[in-house]
Amino acid sequence: MKNKSLLLYAFAYLAFLYVPVLVLPVFSFNDSQFIAFPLSGFTTRWYGALAGDSAMQHALGNSLKVGIVTALLSTMLGLAAARAVTRYRLRGAGAALGFISLPLFIPDIVLGLSLLMLLGAMGLPLSLAAVVLGHLLVCVPFALTVLIARFEGFDRNLEEASADLGEDGWMTFWRITAPLMLPGIIASLLLTFITSFDEFLVAFFLSGTEATLPIYIWGQLRFPERLPMVLALGAVILAVSVVLVICAEYVRNLGVKDRVVGA
Amino acid sequence: MSFLSVSHVSKSFGGPPVVNDVSLEVMRGEFFALLGPSGCGKTTLLRMIAGFETPDSGAIVIDGEPMNTVPPHLRPTNMVFQSYAIFPHLNVFDNIAYGLRKLKLSKDRLRARVESMLATVRLEGLGNRASDQLSGGQRQRVALARALVREPKVLLLDEPLGALDKRLRETMQVELRAIQRKVGITFLLVTHDQEEALSLSDRVAVMHQGRILQVADPRTLYERPNCREVADFIGEMNFFHATVREIAGAGATVNAGLLGLITLPAANLAPGIKPDDHILLAIRPEHVRFAASGVAGDIAASTFLGERSHFHVRIPGRSEPVFVSGNAPPSGAVHLEFPPEKLIGLPIAD
Repeated sequence: MKNKSLLLYAFAYLAFLYVPVLVLPVFSFNDSQFIAFPLSGFTTRWYGALAGDSAMQHALGNSLKVGIVTALLSTMLGLAAARAVTRYRLRGAGAALGFISLPLFIPDIVLGLSLLMLLGAMGLPLSLAAVVLGHLLVCVPFALTVLIARFEGFDRNLEEASADLGEDGWMTFWRITAPLMLPGIIASLLLTFITSFDEFLVAFFLSGTEATLPIYIWGQLRFPERLPMVLALGAVILAVSVVLVICAEYVRNLGVKDRVVGA
Repeated sequence: MSFLSVSHVSKSFGGPPVVNDVSLEVMRGEFFALLGPSGCGKTTLLRMIAGFETPDSGAIVIDGEPMNTVPPHLRPTNMVFQSYAIFPHLNVFDNIAYGLRKLKLSKDRLRARVESMLATVRLEGLGNRASDQLSGGQRQRVALARALVREPKVLLLDEPLGALDKRLRETMQVELRAIQRKVGITFLLVTHDQEEALSLSDRVAVMHQGRILQVADPRTLYERPNCREVADFIGEMNFFHATVREIAGAGATVNAGLLGLITLPAANLAPGIKPDDHILLAIRPEHVRFAASGVAGDIAASTFLGERSHFHVRIPGRSEPVFVSGNAPPSGAVHLEFPPEKLIGLPIAD
């Protein structure tokens, strides 16, 4: 039965993907300091400890700041680049896109290390601003990819039709361009935020004394007694990430059907 | 006094001119077509009238008002785009009402105006339909309604029927003509489909390589093309090289080689043709007759088309076949007759 074995393979693969991830939430509710089976009982005290940990909250604040600023900046830069590439015939547009996307293929550790050396050579301090700059390198390609796809499905005639029907540039933007681009913009914001929020290596090299959340978590691993709390934190991040990614995908696909017809 | 006037308009996009010194006069309420092969500049001319492109030189005037510096959103024109450009996030009603925002109509009056336009394009009851649930023909009607509801001075149509299948296209041609009669708005249609241009329009301008070759009503265009390009583009035509011997009074005598010496009405010669000129004699396939005597030839190919058939007749000494449209001849060997009153003389471009 070929179908059956394929089905089996599919289940095995899904298990391989998600069982390790599920271990995290499971042990975050386990009433024991030690990460070992059998489970010793249900507790929410690790989540309680999490809520009372001010260092963690500070790191979370840093990560949110960096993530939000990175998401806004990279989406704005991505919008400008995507519009330029899709709307005008530009000399060297292909090469420019290639160079913008290159950081995706450079190992983060190389990126982090080179930025660290560069900042040092320029005499600039390590800071959250430096982390944002590093994250921009990684996030702009993502923003660009999402936004170009959206712009490419955008019939240029729609804006002309709006002008033809009596609306000036500003009203055309509000009545036509913005509503049609909005799903792409939101998807780009969510995607770049998550990328920045989860990023460790570049932040590790550039953050100096201001830890972001991943760096804080890494630091906590030295203390075995705090491990369950880190698991609880991991479980929360996991849940929020999953929700955000699902939102991003949902919004990105909104109106895709319209888009094809409108093209 | 013309209603839409284009005078000496040129436009290039960095290369050779796409529109080259074009002048055009369209009357109020006229259904006017710009006909030409793709790349002849007709769409660029239309987009300049709409305001999406700026002429390098020349003037566009609508109803006495110069348009050159008026941006598209303030022009008294509306356009039906080739892609229709239906706003995908709005339903049919909101698409049609889009251009009425500035009028600040009350809700009831807005509704009444949109509903009446829906009726004009026969989309009654489809106001709430999402734009992605429309057929090609319905999308075309929405695009038309959206432009017409603003009551423009000139309605611009860019290959409006090009995306429809043949049957729907024929239905829409009839309807488009009826709608134009009803609303009385000046229509300027761009098309590469000669049948569409001839059947819809009061007058047609034939464009070729950025220039207008001839402006005339459909019958004149078909019967009296003024040059080889127009004759070629509108229907089928047979051409024969000839030399003018003499033009005397109402008759012109030409030496047409294989066809011999022919005397045809002098009015059939394009203006400017003088004795001793080399010219092209042109005749439509349906005017060539099978006869008992005349130029001898053989039928090389024939296509049965119902009441008529098309024949390719080879005549000795000529490489191209002669196209003949008519009823079945008796056998393979035929004689062709070229009625002089149906022959027209065209200049040879140098």
